[in-house]
Amino acid sequence: MSTLQADRVSIETGSTEETIRVGARLGEALRGGEFLALTGDLGAGKTHFVKGVAAGLDIDPKSVTSPTFLLIHNLDGRLPLVHMDAYRLKSGEELAEAGAADLQDGESVLVLEWAGNVPDFVPSDAL
Amino acid sequence: MLVLGIDTSCDETAAAVVRDGCLAVSNVVSSQVPLHRRFGGVVPEIACRAHAENISRVIARALDDAGTPASGLDGVAVTNRPGLIGALLVGVSAGKAMALGNDLPLVGVNHVEAHIFASALSGKDPVLPAVALVVSGGHTTLFLVKGVGELAELGRTIDDAAGEAFDKASAMLGLGYPGGPAIEEAGRDGNPAAVPFKRPYLAPDSLDFSFSGLKTALLYHSRGQSKRGRRGDLLPGVSVPDAAASFQETVVDVLVRKTFLAVRQTGVPRVILGGGVAANTRLREKMIAQATRRGVSLTIPDKPLCTDNAAMVAAVGCRLLAGGVRDPLSLDAHSRMTG
Repeated sequence: MSTLQADRVSIETGSTEETIRVGARLGEALRGGEFLALTGDLGAGKTHFVKGVAAGLDIDPKSVTSPTFLLIHNLDGRLPLVHMDAYRLKSGEELAEAGAADLQDGESVLVLEWAGNVPDFVPSDAL
Repeated sequence: MLVLGIDTSCDETAAAVVRDGCLAVSNVVSSQVPLHRRFGGVVPEIACRAHAENISRVIARALDDAGTPASGLDGVAVTNRPGLIGALLVGVSAGKAMALGNDLPLVGVNHVEAHIFASALSGKDPVLPAVALVVSGGHTTLFLVKGVGELAELGRTIDDAAGEAFDKASAMLGLGYPGGPAIEEAGRDGNPAAVPFKRPYLAPDSLDFSFSGLKTALLYHSRGQSKRGRRGDLLPGVSVPDAAASFQETVVDVLVRKTFLAVRQTGVPRVILGGGVAANTRLREKMIAQATRRGVSLTIPDKPLCTDNAAMVAAVGCRLLAGGVRDPLSLDAHSRMTG
C-alpha cells in the first residue's frame, strides 16, 4: 500500500479490462477490515472494479454480480468479501436493517456500490 | 390436496390456496408497487414493514376467497429463499404460525423454482426434463429441470439480471418503474433495429448472460460519453421509442438465443419460461417463433402468473408435500438460492 500514501490517487482506466486490473491490484493489497466506498453513474464500471477486487482476494470474478436486487452478496476468498449496493436505498439505516451492520467484523472486506446514496453508512476511514 | 402458499420474497405480499398443485382456487397479491414507484425501486425497509402490515389480511383474504377455513387445508408452503431476508422472514413466520396453529405440515419453497412451475396453474403441467429460463429483476438463470427440487444450473448472468437491466434502462430514458413494462410501452411504436446495439453473447458456447455492457451502450447512446452530458438531458435527436425498442430487442435476442443453445447442448427439446420478464410480449413472441421453428415444446405461464405470486409457491409445495417432504418449525430463510 506504500504507493497509496497520498490522500488522493487518481487512476483513469480506458477499458473494462483495465478497470478489473486496477481492482485486482487493490484486492491483492487488502488485509481485511477495509471498507471500499464506490461512487459513479450507471455504467461507470463499479461492479467490474469489484470483480477485480474479488480476483485479488482469490475469488472467481464470475461469481461477482450486481447486488442491486438482493443488496448484499457474501463471497468467500482469501478474506470474506461483502459486496453491497445502495442503488435502491435512501439511508444507511436501510442497509443496516438488511443485515450489513452485522458484517463489519474487522476481517471482512466491505465494498459498497452507490455509496453516495447512504453517506451515513460509510465510515470516515473508507477508501 | 389443498395447500396454502405464502410469498413475501420481494415486492408483493402474496397468499393463495391451490388444489392438487394445479388449480388456484384463490390468488391474492397485495402489490406494493405504488409504494415503491416514488423511489424508482424496491426499498427494503418499506418492503419489510409493508409485508408485516399486509400479511395477516392477505392470508385471511386468500382463505376467504377459497371458501375454506384454515382447518380445511392439507399443508402450508412458504417461500424461504432467495430474497431480502427481512422480507422473507415475515412470510416464513406467518407460514409457521399457520402450520402450528392448525396442525398442518410445513414446507419451504425456492422462489425461483416456483417461477418454473407457475405454468402448471395455467393448465400446462411442464413435462420434464426441460430447460428452464427464469428471468426477473433479480435472476437471469438457465436450468436443466429434472424434477421438483432437482435443478441443475446451466448458466446465469455474470453481472446484471435482465429485469434489473430493464429497470436501469428505463431510468436512463426517463421512463417509469417497473422498467420492463415501461420500456415495452415506450418501445411499442419504436423501430427495434434503429439502434444497432451489440448482442452480448460472450463465448460462442457460453450459457452465461451479461447485460452490463448493453446498459453502458444505452447510456452512451442516450446521454453521450462526457460526464457532464450524462447528468443532463437526453442528447438531441435521441428517440426514446427507438432506443427502448432496440434495447428490448437486444435483451430478448440474447435470452432466446441462449435458451435454444441450452436446448442444443442438453438435447432436451422442452423449454419452460418463468419470472416477471416472461410477461414481456416481445420475449413471448420470439420464444414461440423459435420453438415452433425448431419443433421444441414451450411452456409459458399466463401473464398474471409470471410476476411474483403465491399460487406458484403452493403449486411447488403441493408437489413436495405429496413426495413426503416436510420442514420443521425451525425452517430458516436464506438470501441466496442455495443453502
